[in-house]
Amino acid sequence: MLVVMSAVAVLLALPVAALGIGARRVATVLVYGFGLAASLASLAAALGQLLSTAGTTPAITLPLGLPWIGAHMRLDALSAFFLTVVDLGGAAACLYGLGYGRHERAPRRVLPFFPLFLAGMQLVVLADDAFTFLFSWEFMSLASWALVVADHHKGDTVRAGYVYLIMASFGTAALLLAFGLLAGPEGGYGFAAIRAAAHSPAEASLVLALLLLGAGSKAGLVPLHVWLPLAHPAAPSHVSALMSGVMTKVAIYAFVRVVFDLLGQPQWWWSMAVLTLGGITAVLGVLYALMQHDLKRLLAYHTVENIGIIYIGLGLALAFRAEGLAPAAALALTAALFHVLNHMTFKSLLFFGAGAVLTATGERDMERLGGLIHRMPVTAFAFLIGCAAISALPPFNGFASEWLTFQAVLQGPKLALWGPKLLVPSVGALLALSAALAAGCFVKAFGVTFLSRPRSRPAATAGEVDRFSLAAMLLFAVLCLLAGILPGLVIDTLGPVVGGLVGQRMPVQSVEPWLTIIPIAASHSSYNGLLVFVFITWAALTAAQVIHRWASHALRRGPAWDCGYPDASPLTQYSASGFAQPIRRVFGTVVFRATEEVRMPPPGDTGPARLEVVVKDLVWAVFYAPVAKAVGILADRLNRMQYLTIRKYLSLVFLALVILLLALELWL
Amino acid sequence: MIIDLLTQGVEMILVLAIAPLLTGFVRKVKARLLRRQGPSVWQPYRDLLRLARKEVVLAENASWLFRTAPYLIFAATWVAAALVPTFASGLMFSWAADLIAIIALLGSARFFLALAGMEVGTAFGGIGSSREAMIASVAEPAILMMVFTVALIAGSSQLSTVARFMATAEAGLRVSTGLALFALIIVALAENARIPVDNPATHLELTMVHEAMVLEYSGRHLAVIELAASLKLLLYLSLIGCIFIPWGMAASGGGITGYLIGSLLYLAKLGVLGLGLALFESAIAKMRVFRVPQFVGAALMLGLLGTLLLFF
Repeated sequence: MLVVMSAVAVLLALPVAALGIGARRVATVLVYGFGLAASLASLAAALGQLLSTAGTTPAITLPLGLPWIGAHMRLDALSAFFLTVVDLGGAAACLYGLGYGRHERAPRRVLPFFPLFLAGMQLVVLADDAFTFLFSWEFMSLASWALVVADHHKGDTVRAGYVYLIMASFGTAALLLAFGLLAGPEGGYGFAAIRAAAHSPAEASLVLALLLLGAGSKAGLVPLHVWLPLAHPAAPSHVSALMSGVMTKVAIYAFVRVVFDLLGQPQWWWSMAVLTLGGITAVLGVLYALMQHDLKRLLAYHTVENIGIIYIGLGLALAFRAEGLAPAAALALTAALFHVLNHMTFKSLLFFGAGAVLTATGERDMERLGGLIHRMPVTAFAFLIGCAAISALPPFNGFASEWLTFQAVLQGPKLALWGPKLLVPSVGALLALSAALAAGCFVKAFGVTFLSRPRSRPAATAGEVDRFSLAAMLLFAVLCLLAGILPGLVIDTLGPVVGGLVGQRMPVQSVEPWLTIIPIAASHSSYNGLLVFVFITWAALTAAQVIHRWASHALRRGPAWDCGYPDASPLTQYSASGFAQPIRRVFGTVVFRATEEVRMPPPGDTGPARLEVVVKDLVWAVFYAPVAKAVGILADRLNRMQYLTIRKYLSLVFLALVILLLALELWL
Repeated sequence: MIIDLLTQGVEMILVLAIAPLLTGFVRKVKARLLRRQGPSVWQPYRDLLRLARKEVVLAENASWLFRTAPYLIFAATWVAAALVPTFASGLMFSWAADLIAIIALLGSARFFLALAGMEVGTAFGGIGSSREAMIASVAEPAILMMVFTVALIAGSSQLSTVARFMATAEAGLRVSTGLALFALIIVALAENARIPVDNPATHLELTMVHEAMVLEYSGRHLAVIELAASLKLLLYLSLIGCIFIPWGMAASGGGITGYLIGSLLYLAKLGVLGLGLALFESAIAKMRVFRVPQFVGAALMLGLLGTLLLFF
């Protein structure tokens, strides 16, 4: 605990040092170097706590915050797991920043806030009372907001910052109300007091709704996701990685902490709400992602999908827990938490890769990229691993956690209540749909960016990025593979976390032969990532060997075949929007009201034909546009109040006083 | 232990060895149905050998991924095919992956095939990959819903357990089983690029999918991809055989006689299913490409319906 707190203190002190030093290079190295060291120290402490068998939970009370409470910090298994996620992502982002930060145009807009953002996220997962939690939460939000608007010269960034600020304030307000309800009229703000207190069903349900609004808006649940694809890509790439890979996980932490730990026994219909939201979020998120041709925005939208998958796992755990099916609940919760870790690794990796592409070419628009696998081989390799992992392909880690989620879905018939029982298979179908669409989405992302022919001069002349960035990407690529082929170790590490929340953990996996994972029983289902990996490697190598030994290994280079009509212009290739056209036609016409219009020039006109595609964001149109419009109209009306005479102002004040007094009289 | 390992090895070699024969058989039957003589059933082997001996002509801008993808596709498909019980259930490594993982392995193969289509940057490769992504986006959930139905009936997603359960009287005749069978057949047609979704016999047709993706491949690379395609067809027919007509499959440690009977029955099942495929393909016309999502979407709905019906 002392190590963790010192790490946080170092992070909090870094901005002062960064601002004090004039030289940009020194400040960059100092901030990211010390950030890396602090994250690693904190990571070691968190992992030590997670793996320790001592059963002690270190806690610390600081004389800060509200005078009669103080700031409580506690590192139990759940906090330790999420602290591991935060620190792992933070350490890699610092490593990446050591190289990437050199290209920053205005480092003073990034360097002071970056360690603060890291410290804020660590404090959120450590907090053990409502006040500290909310303070850290807001701290984290504001620090990340400052990072989002770092590149404030662009109009898009300013708009993103504005939307983010509104949504973050809204989310914090919802959480404030939720904790207010939890603390009760006596004001028991400590988590221990909240856990001990009894909450009436109506009150608990209200808290759940507020949490779905508060934590859900930070995580990116549909329809509260609108800020996310604006804000995440606007920040510098290592901050995007932190926001998408790590900060959304902190939001998941808030949800898990309150719903599974503080609220006590869930009600039966909670799972239905969470499952429905999760399923819709997963499918809509990936469909949105498929429609994008900005690489970073595609990744940000894809975060929405993964949040949906995590919420599906959490919803399943709630459903099983409500009916007392502890083993199934443990399976579902393990799957969700496993996916939390996995998404942090591959999404950070992919954002690092997008940042590397941005550094090398100055482009985020995939329609102007292509062929980078030749000029950035290491980045391309790491990005490919990330794409395979996020598309849930065996033997990588994304598949391991989705497989566990599917196993939890298969436990659905054990439920007694008809509502959740019928909902679970449908959500399973949505999950399968989103997994299949994700693979298409990343074929597009990798194929258009790294494969095919360059579509612009910067893409044709790009070079590989620096070693720090490559090291950060390769680190996560290795983790993606390791967690995929040794899922049993992760499941066992999650044991105490899950056990503390649902009262039972998944069976210990490390004793199984050949490191197989067996969630329920061997006759029911099993998966062995290690063997699958070994088999595939062996089969591929054998095939290559046999053919090269006994058949031909001659090779000749020539122009592309393309059925005899190769065209030198890179415009004849498939573009990002062209690739998504069939899917847009199949799904988009319903979901996005997508329309296509081809305008041919009249005969004799030599102008080009134009294809116009309109994709509407219905969520924005239905939920946000009316609110924005109402606020605008109201503001216009209230504007008149600025030009009243003093007499009118005085009478207004008097009127308000009378109304207030009347209300008070009626109320009491 | 050694015997178990040997049996597993025999199964891996068996699926690899008879996959081209199955493709040749289906082609031969189709040719006979059209009153053509057709090439011999051994023709696919000759094609593979010929391709393997030829030199590879590689596009100038093809990268290392283009050259490794065929082997990865082949490896993933072969491992998946070897994990489906053929003549015996409960072989040594049958627990390494359940049905969901087998489907996902095919997904891995498809992922790399689609990337290979995008690699050289030609219009044909792009069209193939893009359409493959569209078809897969419906076909994959459809087959997973089929898996759900079967897994809920048998109480397991482990194929060996499913095969053993489906052979008992307890499995019985259910509406859900029938729906699942229909769903699997539709998905098998779509995934193997058969008529009515795609035409395996054409090149240079604007509606093609699979052939468009592999257009730039030649020589040994093409041979490996063709072999993987044959393996995939074999896998789907074995899957139908293993889940819906599991009778006669030997149990693990069933002795040589059991294995022999199982193998003969397995070949017979493949023959019947191949015949059915050839008949169906000859009797139906190819669909417009944007009808395909509806056709495969029907499988998704059948699978979901099959699952939901189990609760009543």
